[in-house]
Amino acid sequence: MAAEAGQALLRVQDVAVRFGGIVALDGVSFDVAPGRIVGLIGPNGAGKTTLFNCISRLYECDRGDIAFDGVSLLTVPRHRVAGLGIGRTFQNLALFRSMSVLDNVMVGRHCRSQGGFFANALRLPYAVHSDATARDRARELLAVLDLERFAETRVADLPFGTQKRVELARALAAQPRLLLLDEPASGLNHEEVGAIGELIRALRERLRLTILVVEHHMQLLMSLSDWVVALNFGKRIAEGTPAEVREHPELVRAYLGS
Amino acid sequence: MSKKVVTVTILLIAAACVLPFVVSNYRTFQLTLVLVYAIALLGLNILTGYNGQISLGHGAFYAIGAYTAAMLMDQAGMPYWATIPIAGAVCLLAGFLFGLPALRLEGLYLALATFALAVSMPPILKSHLLERWSGGVQGIVIVKPDPPAFLADVGIKLNPDQWLYYFALAIALVLFVIGWNLIYGRIGRALIAIRDHHTAAEAMGINTALYKSLAFGVSAMYTGIAGALGAIAVQFVAPDSFTVFLSITLLVGIVVGGLASLSGAIYGALFIQFVPNIADELSKAAPWAVFGIFLIGFVYLMPTGVAGAMRALLGRLGRGKLSPPKEALP
Repeated sequence: MAAEAGQALLRVQDVAVRFGGIVALDGVSFDVAPGRIVGLIGPNGAGKTTLFNCISRLYECDRGDIAFDGVSLLTVPRHRVAGLGIGRTFQNLALFRSMSVLDNVMVGRHCRSQGGFFANALRLPYAVHSDATARDRARELLAVLDLERFAETRVADLPFGTQKRVELARALAAQPRLLLLDEPASGLNHEEVGAIGELIRALRERLRLTILVVEHHMQLLMSLSDWVVALNFGKRIAEGTPAEVREHPELVRAYLGS
Repeated sequence: MSKKVVTVTILLIAAACVLPFVVSNYRTFQLTLVLVYAIALLGLNILTGYNGQISLGHGAFYAIGAYTAAMLMDQAGMPYWATIPIAGAVCLLAGFLFGLPALRLEGLYLALATFALAVSMPPILKSHLLERWSGGVQGIVIVKPDPPAFLADVGIKLNPDQWLYYFALAIALVLFVIGWNLIYGRIGRALIAIRDHHTAAEAMGINTALYKSLAFGVSAMYTGIAGALGAIAVQFVAPDSFTVFLSITLLVGIVVGGLASLSGAIYGALFIQFVPNIADELSKAAPWAVFGIFLIGFVYLMPTGVAGAMRALLGRLGRGKLSPPKEALP
């Protein structure tokens, strides 16, 4: 058991969340091993995004524990999560709409850069240096995600699919070890869905990422994931390789109704 | 910073240096007040324009700065220039402390809380507890500072109005450079990120509570320094100079000048200093009605403020270079 605990990068244990009378999560447990892409599936309202929000500390758990790299996240303030190495994207885009693409990605690097109000007000050398590094790193990421030509464009002026790539770049700017992707393919056309799948796989290799992904596009999720966890009504109903979970009677029932 | 911006900035500073020698003393005094307001508006813009926290109470910080300077000069006999950093420090602390409870409030509710601050300031300044130092309803009269002796020694002859103008100009320049450094860097990006999407900003690792409180503090510091300078320029502080009307005027200034724009502070300051005068000349009977017409006209014609209109104008002049490559969009 101890050896296993050492292996999991993210360990979700018996997590329960209640909103008033509604049980959003009801004792969910699973592990995410390092280097894996783990898919989280389930019908609407199954608790997938709630779980994401628990991991990024937007919601408090009523019960259970979430540990990242062996350390419980439940006492970590929200703004420290990114610094620990957990990056995320949002279901319906949460970009800084008035800012340029480059600035958005640079904000993503906030937790890896230094210099507070005082150091920036006086342009102290270390703050200037840190800012220059952040800019270089952000430009590198824009190149990787094919966003270079939009660097100075206001993010709100870009098409939806491009904005999704900007959000991905912003999440990667903090050099996360664990990346949480909340419906990376939603709102994308057929061609873009294929491209995003390849991109996610390529990023995992290149940046040695561990990825937890929520996705309704079954084909994409099954082809992308090494391991799949299925939720329904806040409970884990199945877990296994994509091939195993696909055939699982509970899952079939959850999607088709019993 | 682009070359064009640098050139224009240097030309403007040069023009600002020459002005006191080509206009009357009274105009010089008015221009000193423009600089004072520009500093205050820059402070308010950091909070409201860039960080998205509305304040209807910045007149209170202006008052705290003004009274800090006046009381230190009147009671402690401190030289006028030494009161400026102290007024700034006092307001930095006051703003930060007010910013902490304000964290729980947003939008209209924050507007109400800051409004409460503004309306409570004059009675506090009049109160009997403070009367010994604040001069109560009478306020405090300050002696106008003379130009320093070393200037006369090297052959530069300035009258007190001109000297005060240059003193305010120097402080304004320093504060604008600091403002520029803050806005166009890690801090500015964080402040705008908080305004644009609070949750995402936090998820990016920004300590939003700290940044919002510090934005309040820095904003109040700017406005407090402006208050201190204003008190020295006007040579007088009294509770009824710092009513809620001053707070609203400052808000008018940043909106007319341009929200989230550094140069907007200067346009806004020109507006709140000169438009009431112009209105008064146009109609002695109803100057504020004329002011209101001006205000509606400005907001209608320049919905993104004077700064936004200037940007659009410059963009149109330099089209092709500035417009984004539309054909490159997928």
